[in-house]
Amino acid sequence: MSTPALVPYLLRLGDDRLVLGHRLSEWCGHGPILEEDIAITNIALDLIGEAALLLKLAGEEEGQGRDEDALAYFRDAVDYRNALMVELPKGDFGFTIVRQFLFSAYSVLQMEALQRSKLEALGGIAAKALKESRYHLRHSAQWVITLGDGTEESHDRAQRAVDELWRYTGELFAADEVDREMAAIGMGVDPSTLAEPWQAQVGEVVLRAGLTVPTHEYMQQGGRVGRHTEHLGHMLAEMQIVARSHPGAKW
Amino acid sequence: MIRALPSRDEILAILDDVKDPEIPVVSVVELGIVRDVGVTPDGVVVTITPTYSGCPAMREIEADIASALADHGIAPVEIRTTYSPAWTTDWISRDARDKLEAYGIAPPGPADQSELVSLSRRTPALRCPYCQSLATERKSEFGSTACKAIWFCRSCRQPFEQFKPL
Repeated sequence: MSTPALVPYLLRLGDDRLVLGHRLSEWCGHGPILEEDIAITNIALDLIGEAALLLKLAGEEEGQGRDEDALAYFRDAVDYRNALMVELPKGDFGFTIVRQFLFSAYSVLQMEALQRSKLEALGGIAAKALKESRYHLRHSAQWVITLGDGTEESHDRAQRAVDELWRYTGELFAADEVDREMAAIGMGVDPSTLAEPWQAQVGEVVLRAGLTVPTHEYMQQGGRVGRHTEHLGHMLAEMQIVARSHPGAKW
Repeated sequence: MIRALPSRDEILAILDDVKDPEIPVVSVVELGIVRDVGVTPDGVVVTITPTYSGCPAMREIEADIASALADHGIAPVEIRTTYSPAWTTDWISRDARDKLEAYGIAPPGPADQSELVSLSRRTPALRCPYCQSLATERKSEFGSTACKAIWFCRSCRQPFEQFKPL
């Protein structure tokens, strides 16, 4: 049983993790302390590993001979399907941590649901990613509390990050035909059903951290249909340059 | 050269000499990375599973398995990768846990991690692999490889690694 929604759905899952993994990898050698340098790059490795599995599956289901590397390195920004939140520049440590927390809380809920996917290969990837996401969530939640409940400067930076990122959270839970079709056939999850538990979990940590969530309702969207911020193209230029300059290179 | 088909146990014994490239005291069988061994008239099929999605050692492990079997004249060998069920540290054998501890890596506790967001800083005590003290603290859930966390022993003032429960 297959559906035209399957490949776009898998690309959304894979691209979220590839792009966020790349943004995290930009911290390699730049972490504020050694342990965090190692933690952030470990999380990057997990996310890029998950992305490789999801994109490989997307390529197989597409059936046009594209593997995970072809999908990662030879698609332009308009063909990427990640949410806008993950492509924003890494910012300061506070921004990176708050984004990681917001995404990890989402990812845990998403993978919990997807491990029961009727698409067996996706269920297996999700069960694995779920274990990893739990570590990412614990790590980032602890840091959100440490920063929010820390010094005046760490609090202000964490609050700025929440304020800036909040308008990108709505997109994570916006369901379209692709999501609804995948949920209807038991292969995917309707993201709108994850919004409530996500808000409860995020709210608890934010409260504990002494931070506040913006009350405005405007939510920025577009990534799921290829309308990205200017930042993605710049990121991809760097990420793809070696593969595009030396196609098929091996080392 | 024609040779009788090797038995499953014979192959597992050979694979027990293939060590994890990152932790050379335990084998890929003891860690639970080798999930299945099949012997057919057409050859041998070894099924493995990664510890973490992005584990960079997987290709090396595949190559090591193939060359260990080739050294014993076993060919052709097909190596398959499975992701389901997801690998868990609960599959690490008792023997391997002792070997890890003797090597200076604290073995993992049970993999059940119901607490999603730890709002308290309390973590269960872990025994220092060097001095056996329980006066230890976790420094970071992320260490030198995806599968390890960093701890510190307040008794012998020695940092050490833990194979983290997954």
